[in-house]
Amino acid sequence: MTESPPCVELREVSLIYASDGKTVHALENVSFSVPQGAFVAIAGPSGCGKTTILRLVSGLMPATRGQVLIDGQVVRGPQKKVGMAFQNASLLPWRTALQNVLLPLEVVQPHRAQFRTRRKEYEEEAHRLLRIVGLDGFADKPPYQLSGGMQQRVALCRALVHQPEILLLDEPFAALDAFTREELWGVLQDLWTARRCTVIMVTHDLREAVFLADRVIVMSKRPGTVVSDVTIDLPRPRALADTFSPQFVEYVHLLYDRIGAARNGGT
Amino acid sequence: MSQVWRHRLSTIAPPAVAIALFFLVWELGCWLLRVDEFVLPRPSVAFAAYLKWQHAIWPNALQTLMTTLVGLALAIVLGVALGAIIGYSALMYRALYPVLIAFNSIPKAALVPVFVIWFGIGTLPAILIAFLISFFPIAVNVATGIATVEPELRDVLRSLGASQFDIFRKVGFPRAAPYFFASLKVAVTLAFVGSVIAELGAANSGIGNLMVIASSRFEVSLVFAGLMVVAAMGIALYAVFAALERRMVAWAYRSR
Repeated sequence: MTESPPCVELREVSLIYASDGKTVHALENVSFSVPQGAFVAIAGPSGCGKTTILRLVSGLMPATRGQVLIDGQVVRGPQKKVGMAFQNASLLPWRTALQNVLLPLEVVQPHRAQFRTRRKEYEEEAHRLLRIVGLDGFADKPPYQLSGGMQQRVALCRALVHQPEILLLDEPFAALDAFTREELWGVLQDLWTARRCTVIMVTHDLREAVFLADRVIVMSKRPGTVVSDVTIDLPRPRALADTFSPQFVEYVHLLYDRIGAARNGGT
Repeated sequence: MSQVWRHRLSTIAPPAVAIALFFLVWELGCWLLRVDEFVLPRPSVAFAAYLKWQHAIWPNALQTLMTTLVGLALAIVLGVALGAIIGYSALMYRALYPVLIAFNSIPKAALVPVFVIWFGIGTLPAILIAFLISFFPIAVNVATGIATVEPELRDVLRSLGASQFDIFRKVGFPRAAPYFFASLKVAVTLAFVGSVIAELGAANSGIGNLMVIASSRFEVSLVFAGLMVVAAMGIALYAVFAALERRMVAWAYRSR
């Protein structure tokens, strides 16, 4: 037994798939591990297979070679320990915000079996989450009456409502304007501080990565491989004002250099 | 209150005026051009024929309505099932779509004699024709609705470990519902066409049968009275399904 067992571990993972008749070599020998409760960001040039890593960890896709492990178990399909949020909020348009948040509880066991009997309780929990992300009073609104930022907040609540051990975020704020995005960094940090689940977030926004993550993994261009693993040693909780501090800016510059090297040099 | 009534008036008045104008043009046209009543009776004459024959018309109208609804119900059950299958599976889509097109290309009127040979004269051929003619739009629309489910929505469910059936129940079916209700409005009018076509030659009752008997007795005004009754029932059922649609899938029509 080691002191802090890895929650998510990738061991020499490669992925090759066929798309439109061409073979795409998306990932090559990717290895890293994420300890329990850590917040890890994955950054890299576009098309480097960042999103693919999340799909592998969530079990939506199998690896061609190598292994993905969650709590020491090889991932062989979708995991109920996982909550996921995507670049598009992907809310079901026929459901209200509250009903969207409740969706995982209707699907994932053991909540699924208890959903009818414990409905009140579950709704309370969903309301509580919506309150944390600042959507008090919007629970009964359909998605089309919510702004993009609000929809993404609902998506975050949905990803967290079934208390997943692991939260996978695929550029969750990329489609939002700068002000909303930075506001949601704070919301996400609060949620993570309250829950302490393990988070893997894919992003191409380096300030976002430095603001939120304990560690930033930098990927090369395709076929994606880990070229750098930077620990962000900044005190928490981090505030937006900190993004102007010299240390913060230094980290961002460091990551820019690493990514620039990854883009030019490649493998 | 008055606002509600104003709203109702604004939805009912335009079509009512349009229908009234249509009858007015027809009436005046026949009168001015001195069209023989035996060729094209004026609407007032057709309406008089309706009043005169209404005891004979109503049982037949109800028979046609029943036939249509049974045929439509069959089309809904099988159309949704087949639409779900070809909407979900690209393989089934490729395999079955040409067969569907082939079936839909067959003129349904041409099948009436075949059904008479198989099932004899009666209600069954009419039900089957109503079913066959209204089945296609339902199946195609449901298939489209399910096939165009955003992959992201499916991934949300898949990442939670949902089964294929869960995905159908939580995403596929609600996503296809607006397509389904849109197709119902088309299907119900087609189903009327189907039952009347079949009744023309292969039934002992129904509006189609009544029209054949009327025309053989040269009661042209009664033929037109029958046509108007079919049209009125078509509008009524269309309105029912349109109201159902607004209630069930309001989310899809949010901008109105």
